[in-house]
Amino acid sequence: MTWRAAKAVAVHDETATARTLALAICDWPGHVAGQHVDVRLTAPDGYSAVRSYSIASAPSSDGRIEITVERLPNGEVSPYLTQEVVVGDELELRGPIGGWFVWRSVQTEPIQLVAGGSGIVPLMAMIRSRRSAGSSAPFRLLYSVREPETVFYRDELQALSNQGDSVVISYVYTRVTPKDWPRPAGRIDAPLIGTGTWPSTLRPTSYVCGTTSFVEHATDLLIAAGHDRERIRTERFGATGERK
Amino acid sequence: MNASMNYLDGNAAAGELSTIFVADITSAEGQCANCGGKKPFAEAHLYMQCPGLVARCALCGHVLLRFANVQGRVFLDLRGMTYLSVDAAPQ
Repeated sequence: MTWRAAKAVAVHDETATARTLALAICDWPGHVAGQHVDVRLTAPDGYSAVRSYSIASAPSSDGRIEITVERLPNGEVSPYLTQEVVVGDELELRGPIGGWFVWRSVQTEPIQLVAGGSGIVPLMAMIRSRRSAGSSAPFRLLYSVREPETVFYRDELQALSNQGDSVVISYVYTRVTPKDWPRPAGRIDAPLIGTGTWPSTLRPTSYVCGTTSFVEHATDLLIAAGHDRERIRTERFGATGERK
Repeated sequence: MNASMNYLDGNAAAGELSTIFVADITSAEGQCANCGGKKPFAEAHLYMQCPGLVARCALCGHVLLRFANVQGRVFLDLRGMTYLSVDAAPQ
C-alpha cells in the first residue's frame, strides 16, 4: 500500500480536545465504513511518525474522507492534527486499511454499536453509511463518554435519534452526567446492557470500539448477556498506537 | 490502564503489514501454533511498545507474529502460526 498526498480542505472542532479534518486525497480508491488510515508526518530533519485514525465519513466517490482526532497529552501527532493543521496543509496518508471491523450496506441484520469515547469515530462512519446507502438495518448505539461535553457529533446524533426509522441511541456518562440524568455517573454494566442494547435473541452483529479496557469490559458484558462471541467485532485503541 | 491491558489488536498492525501483504490481514484467519485456536488476525493482541510489533494469540498469549522495520529492511517472523488463510479475491 502506497503513501498518498492528502490536503486538508476543512477543519472543525468536535469538542475542546477533538477536531475533525476533511481531507482530499490523490487517487483515493474509496473506503468501507469502519476502516482506518495511517497518517505520516515527517519533520524537516527526516524524523517521521505514523499514527492510525478511523475514517468518520460515509463512503463516497469524491476522493474525500473525514477523520476525527482526539488530542492526547504528550502525543507526537495528535497535537499537530488538532491544533496546527490549517486548510491547505498537506499530509501523507496510507489506506484504506482493514476489512474486518467494517459494516457493509448489504448487511441487513440488527447492528449493535458500542462506543467508548473517541471509539465512536468508526461507528459514526457506519451510521452515516447506513443513511447514505438508504439501508433500513436496525441500528442501536450505546455511547459511553466521560461527560456531556465530550460527545462527538452531538447535533447530528440528536437529529438522527429524533427520526422514526433511525438509530436508537443510549448514552452512558462515566464521570459527569447531564442535569437530572436518571443514572448516576459510572461505567457500563449489566443492567445497562439489558436496557441499552439489542437482546441477544435478535442475533445482532456487534461492533465495539474504545480503549482496550473498555472493549474488554463491554465484550464481557455482551457475552454474559448471551451474545455469541463470533458475532462481536472489536477494535481497540490506546496511547501506544495513538489510535483515532 | 494496567499493564495487562497494555495492548491493542491486529487492526492496528494492518497498515505496517501492508508493506508485505497485499491481501487484508485483519480478516485473515490464523491458527496459533501453541493452542491450535483459530481467530481472525484482527483479534490478536498487539504490543507496540517494542521497536517492532508483536502479535499474541488472544486465547493463550503465545507469540503469533513479530514484525520490525529496521533501516529500510522489513523482518517478519510467522513461526507462531501454523497457517494464515487470506481472502483470495482482490480487496
